[in-house]
Amino acid sequence: MPGSSIIEVKGLNMWYGNFQALRNISLTIPRHQVTAVIGPSGCGKSTFLRCFNRMNDLIPGARVAGQVLFDGQDIYAPGVDPTEIRSRVGMVFQKPNPFPKSIFDNVAFGLRINGYQGNLAEAVESSLRRAALWDEVKDLLHKSALALSGGQQQRLCIARAIAIEPAVILMDEPCSALDPVATLKIEDLMRSLAEDYTIIIVTHNMQQAARVSDTTAFMTMEEDRAGIVVEYGPTSELFANPKDKRTEDYITGRFG
Amino acid sequence: MKRHLAEAGDAALPPGPRAMRGGWQHLESKLVHWLLFGCALLSIATTLGIVVSLLSQALGFFREVSIWEFLTGTRWAPILVPQSFGVLPLVAGTLLVTVIAAAVAMPVGIATAIFLSEYAPDRVRRIIKPSLEILAGIPTVVYGYFALTLISPLLQKVFPDMLIFNALSAGLVMGLMIIPMVSSISEDAMLAVPRSLREGAYALGATRLEVALRVTVPAALSGIIAAFILALSRAIGETMLVTIAAGATPKMTFNPLESIQTMTAFIVQLSLGETPHGSLEYNTIFAVGLLLFLMTLVMNLLGHWVVRRWQERY
Ligand SMILES: Nc1ncnc2c1ncn2[C@@H]1O[C@H](COP(=O)(O)OP(=O)(O)OP(=O)(O)O)[C@@H](O)[C@H]1O
Ligand SMILES: [Mg+2]
Repeated sequence: MPGSSIIEVKGLNMWYGNFQALRNISLTIPRHQVTAVIGPSGCGKSTFLRCFNRMNDLIPGARVAGQVLFDGQDIYAPGVDPTEIRSRVGMVFQKPNPFPKSIFDNVAFGLRINGYQGNLAEAVESSLRRAALWDEVKDLLHKSALALSGGQQQRLCIARAIAIEPAVILMDEPCSALDPVATLKIEDLMRSLAEDYTIIIVTHNMQQAARVSDTTAFMTMEEDRAGIVVEYGPTSELFANPKDKRTEDYITGRFG
Repeated sequence: MKRHLAEAGDAALPPGPRAMRGGWQHLESKLVHWLLFGCALLSIATTLGIVVSLLSQALGFFREVSIWEFLTGTRWAPILVPQSFGVLPLVAGTLLVTVIAAAVAMPVGIATAIFLSEYAPDRVRRIIKPSLEILAGIPTVVYGYFALTLISPLLQKVFPDMLIFNALSAGLVMGLMIIPMVSSISEDAMLAVPRSLREGAYALGATRLEVALRVTVPAALSGIIAAFILALSRAIGETMLVTIAAGATPKMTFNPLESIQTMTAFIVQLSLGETPHGSLEYNTIFAVGLLLFLMTLVMNLLGHWVVRRWQERY
């Protein structure tokens, strides 16, 4: 049901120890679309993204208040198992981080730990196909993933994430370590993946946000107050006529 | 890069003082160079000296006893009549104790390392690490009496027929003794595994244990194997503990409840006895010592090979 929302963030605040990194964020993420989060360095984009799969739980001293409703269920409610959330909300990181294992084992990793019962080889192939990597690696499946180029490694990480069929894929500046050609490939991939998945991407690159996303959130920080979402709406509108002065300054390059 | 900067800095100095410093600096760097080289040479020379002296004295032994007899004989009685020079009972004793020690130290050592690197909050790690280091610093003679006076009597409650000197208690205590070595080297290897790999696994829904066993341990495997090899070499060469607790009865057995003798314990026993220097009996020390040296050498080579074969690079 495209058009509906998949995640609803309600009054989200987040702290690293005493430092407040997110301030009272409320917004809804549309299903089967690409949502971009943009903003200056240090404003809390990665922190925000990592709230969607409870990755911040791994940081000692990190604390969250508020709600993140995933299909109506609060993922921060007591008793919710974060590993369960992470198997439904996948993540791709800034620097490609394939495991030092074979290409096959990388893609099969999530399937194995989640007790996948079906045909492993078929699942690996279909994930690699959907990540537009199959043709390049089909003869190298049992070679080390580290022998691939950076762009291929990043697509492998995408294949690894989609292998376990998450509903949402989080991407934290997935192209920042890649050249323009590899970047375009990943952007194309994102567009096609949005048919089956909901994608939330953090990017420094405003052209990229404009190219790939349907909806954009602009975050910023003021003095030592980080983690403010200034404006949130359809990408075309936000870029064409920003409502807030701070958004306008940022997208016209007068800030950050 | 650094060097480049230093040169650039030097070039910026006014010419006068630099020219004056030049001669002395040159001499100083030469001096330091040779001093450091001398220190490096010292250890190489020591190793060579040991090999040469072992070899030459062992040769005296092998002129009278064939290598074949030495390596395949199953009775070791160099100072009894009839004499017999089959080293296998000593090798068996050494391996028996080492295997028992490994069976204790490997699982416990790895589990400790996993706990320290993946589970323990900083506070807990700050208590456990120094305790392990203290454990590693206890003199081996203390471990020997610990085995003899505490562990053996305890074990005798379970195995009433067991002698007070036995391979089992020596092996168990040796295992305890080498745990810090296994755990601290393994932990260093695990801590060196990049955080990004762990995060990648967590992001796929892995639990802490799955991350440890499927990502961290495989990625740190070469370091963990190195830890094992070092610890096992240490166990094979360990002397005081087995001399005190394992017995002085060379015996061709793999029964841990029996009293045995290891290669090292034999060397101690014979060197303390009244066997005249230069005699055939005395030279057995060097034959056994040479074999011991070769065993640890092979272990280390094997270790290097395994490390290269299994290494996961990141
Ligand atoms: N583990 C942490 N502990 C303490 N403070 C942190 C931690 N991670 C991030 N912060 C702080 O939180 C704020 C937001 O950081 P975050 O990484 O989310 O920013 P970002 O918008 O992703 O920046 P960039 O564009 O540079 O990646 C920063 O001020 C940062 O210093
Ligand atoms: Mg970031």
